[in-house]
Amino acid sequence: MTMLADLASIAPDATTAPFWDACRRRELRLQRCSDCGAFRQPPSPGCPHCGSARGDWPLLSGRGTVFSFTIVHHAAVPPLAADVPYNVVVIELDDAPGARLISNVLDVAPDDVSVGMRVDLAWDETPDGVVLPRFRRVTAER
Amino acid sequence: MKDRACIVGVGATRYGKRGELFDENPVAQIREALDAALDDAGLTRRDVDGFATYSVEKLDPSVLAPALGIPAVNYSSMVHGGGGGGTCGAVANAAAAVIAGQADVVMVYKFITQPPHARFGAAYGSAQVAADPLSDFHRPFGLISPAQFFSLLFRRHMHRYGTTPLHLAEVAVSTRRNAMRNPKALKREPLTVEQHQAARMIADPFRLFDCCQETDGGAVLLVTSAERARDLKQKPVYVMAAAMGGDSLWGQGLTSQNQPEDLYVSAGHAHMAKRLYAQAGITPDDVDVALLYDHFTGMVILQLEDYGFCKRGEGGDLVASGAIRWPDGRLPVNTHGGNLSEVYLLGLTHAIEAVRQLRGEAVNQVPDAEIALVTAGPSNLPSSSMLLRR
Repeated sequence: MTMLADLASIAPDATTAPFWDACRRRELRLQRCSDCGAFRQPPSPGCPHCGSARGDWPLLSGRGTVFSFTIVHHAAVPPLAADVPYNVVVIELDDAPGARLISNVLDVAPDDVSVGMRVDLAWDETPDGVVLPRFRRVTAER
Repeated sequence: MKDRACIVGVGATRYGKRGELFDENPVAQIREALDAALDDAGLTRRDVDGFATYSVEKLDPSVLAPALGIPAVNYSSMVHGGGGGGTCGAVANAAAAVIAGQADVVMVYKFITQPPHARFGAAYGSAQVAADPLSDFHRPFGLISPAQFFSLLFRRHMHRYGTTPLHLAEVAVSTRRNAMRNPKALKREPLTVEQHQAARMIADPFRLFDCCQETDGGAVLLVTSAERARDLKQKPVYVMAAAMGGDSLWGQGLTSQNQPEDLYVSAGHAHMAKRLYAQAGITPDDVDVALLYDHFTGMVILQLEDYGFCKRGEGGDLVASGAIRWPDGRLPVNTHGGNLSEVYLLGLTHAIEAVRQLRGEAVNQVPDAEIALVTAGPSNLPSSSMLLRR
């Protein structure tokens, strides 16, 4: 069963659609400022660093490092009772400096999640066809 | 702004557990709090001519003014943002309005009730909250409640500086000790470090007693000019300085987790702290008591750093030294019992406690308290804070 299936609905707008369209193609793309090169995540109509409105969407490797994490033990809403405990991680991607992605690491025990842990992209499609970028632990770097 | 406006009256409803006041009429509850504040100030409802609130308040002057018996409205404003980020900002707006001559007496007001279908702790998780383009980047991954958002920030602080769950316990236990002497506090049973450490985990590293209560109640603060305040019933409490906002790179940092690392391991208040001390012409050493928004124990530690009571990363050691305990610590914090143990009314009770401390009438009085720091909830931009003096 997909983890957190009850929450797996999305409502993209013109600014965020390129991210989700890429996910459907199994491509991880984040928005990068076309002028100063800073990544901005979530996508935004303006660059917080240089003020530019321009952006492009480079394809990323999907490799990254856990910057922070929590293990959720208390189901904030009743439908999640079957999902706890689950991890939430904040990931810094190798090739998108300055941007962070909020996600989950699949197939890992709560005690095994740590700051600095290396992770790799693992696409996860929900029953409703939403494709989410989740991650798996990398045990040995190529 | 310095010293040109005063808080002259404070009042509150009875405090209830989560959902306990759901059947009460919110307007009647605000009326009850207003009456208490008017009585405290020695003013009448005909003196009030302005409204200031925050946190997407639904009750506006079209409903309130007639029901409260306020003859005419000369000012009305609301601070952006949900949660408790706007408490001090609402006081700042009230102060600015009376200083500018827009209004004579502004009431800062808020009433909340948290029945099961509208708990703040459920935040983005409840079925009523539809998906939207920004929450799409956290909600599908199960990051939906305030405890979870803040636990991530604090985890990084632990990683970077060696802060520990025992530091969290010190905040919870010292705050509870203050609440035990406060008859209005909802949590008055003793709490030990051992009980804190054994309590169930909510969002690691935050356990049950690291999270504030979800409760019901309302409060009103009355703000008027310093000239008028001098003729009223109570000793005036002056607004020395107020700040509302933060660093733009903090932005939606709480829900998006995307602020630069030096901001990430903070409560997002350092920018405002600088402005407060500059406006007031004081330093952290001059603060006698701090009422720090304690939705989560960890955020008290991060605010102590933001406001310069220690260096970045030393907040854990500071609380472990006993510094925030009443009466002997060098900076007693949340002497009323805070959101953690007194009541959670989106921060207005922190302002009320500051007023009581500066009048010398607090339950856990800091001897001769002259200057109080009050902070609103660390959250997405904008948050707010203020310095009050007697």
